[in-house]
Amino acid sequence: MTEFDPSRRKLLKATAAATGGAVIAGRLAPEAEAANPQPAQSTPPPTVSVFLRVNGTEHQLMIDPRTTLLDALRERLHLTGSKKGCDQGQCGACTVIVDGRRITSCLTLAVMQEGHDITTIEGLGTPMNLHPMQAAFIKHDGYQCGFCTPGQICSAVAMLDEVKAGVPSHATADLTRKPEMTAVEFRERMSGNICRCGAYSNIQEAIAEVAGVKA
Amino acid sequence: MKPFTYERAATPAEAAAAAARTKGARFIAGGTNLLDLMKLQIETPTHLIDINDLALDKIEPAMDGGLRIGALVRNTDLAADERVRRGYGVLSRALLAGASGQLRNQATTAGNLLQRTRCPYFYDTNQPCNKRKPGSGCGAIGGFSRHHAIVGTSDACIATHPSDMAVAMRLLDATVETVRADGARRIIPIADFHRLPGNTPHIENALEPGELITSVLLPPPLGGNHVYRKVRDRASYAFALVSVAAVIGRDGTGRVALGGVAHKPWRMDAADDEIPRGAKAVAATLLADARTTHDNAFKLALVERTLASVLN
Repeated sequence: MTEFDPSRRKLLKATAAATGGAVIAGRLAPEAEAANPQPAQSTPPPTVSVFLRVNGTEHQLMIDPRTTLLDALRERLHLTGSKKGCDQGQCGACTVIVDGRRITSCLTLAVMQEGHDITTIEGLGTPMNLHPMQAAFIKHDGYQCGFCTPGQICSAVAMLDEVKAGVPSHATADLTRKPEMTAVEFRERMSGNICRCGAYSNIQEAIAEVAGVKA
Repeated sequence: MKPFTYERAATPAEAAAAAARTKGARFIAGGTNLLDLMKLQIETPTHLIDINDLALDKIEPAMDGGLRIGALVRNTDLAADERVRRGYGVLSRALLAGASGQLRNQATTAGNLLQRTRCPYFYDTNQPCNKRKPGSGCGAIGGFSRHHAIVGTSDACIATHPSDMAVAMRLLDATVETVRADGARRIIPIADFHRLPGNTPHIENALEPGELITSVLLPPPLGGNHVYRKVRDRASYAFALVSVAAVIGRDGTGRVALGGVAHKPWRMDAADDEIPRGAKAVAATLLADARTTHDNAFKLALVERTLASVLN
């Protein structure tokens, strides 16, 4: 890992502001070229330092600010459980839990998640010590190819917490009352996780078992 | 994504000043729409100002009996707030009809108002789009336009505003509170916030460069029956073909606003006056100047039927 160099970052930031970032190449002052001897075409964007707390462990990374949380998890921390499906927030395969809430890790930057508690599928359970939701997915065969499964499980775990906390949904009949633990609620609340194999009915059974209700 | 530099702002005024200082700067909060568009290089900011540290994540009582909603209040938290559920049910319902659980946990109140259109020609950089590239033409006019606007359109653009929340905010006569680069504050009525496309579809709202939304103000609760009825291609996690937000009192009067039909939430005082006469009269007023395409003409009947399901 290279040492973070604030003077270089500051310089590049100032240059980016003056020239519009993308056209840095070829316009650098001589002293800037000395500080950055690489060929103009391959000038890397300025990297930034970020501390990420993932599954209880602190990591310091030097990253391109464009790095999404998903890419930082997969490519830098090698936590490849979270999957890149659409990379547009539409499929839910990249769902992780941040400060107890499920989010799509493809639609947030890693630099924006400094100071937050990030839990991935690797942090929920291990093969020898499964999370109850993982065990239920296995028992009810809640997957076929398995690509969407880590996102489904992270989403389902945080989703049940949302119901417990009283967060209403589109399926909640009476907004003035606490939402109920029902299959109708679970189906609506899991609509952000797509399964192209169509394992939905078994996913629903797994979630219902963990929630202690009828599917 | 195009390269950009990144900073975290500490105060709203500092954020607005930083945005005014740096050409090509954008604020980022939830990021659910901006990052998506940056990946496709439809949005190409050179500098991102992260505003998540600004203390704008509270919902507080306002002096007049209404609510002040911080710009950074997440959609989930706004929909779940007890005061919103009891006094502004239509807002809660509209929020819960939009996006997915994950996205509502990220998306903010101000960001929701600033969503860009989901027009496929806006999203496809190989197609002409006056909103994405002014003067390049409109692919939707004469193209695939099933989801597009039927009122308030222009020859330059027939895109819709995708937000459900904004329709409820328009119905409730919310106001948008902002801070400008010079530190001055102003209040923009929601009716004046979103613009019709005209000849400048790339200018979508009343914000000036660098101007930052700090909160959205709701007037005191209206009472009455609150409804948000959204018609879409699937039962969950889809944008509206047509939506109706309504608050109807016991005497049968009230107010309605439409989503999915225009470049902004669609509401008319004259249509509210027609509510006692039923859905047909309300629809006729709201859609008097409608201009449809072959693909989206079905929305005329769909608006009337959705209104009927809410009003009758």
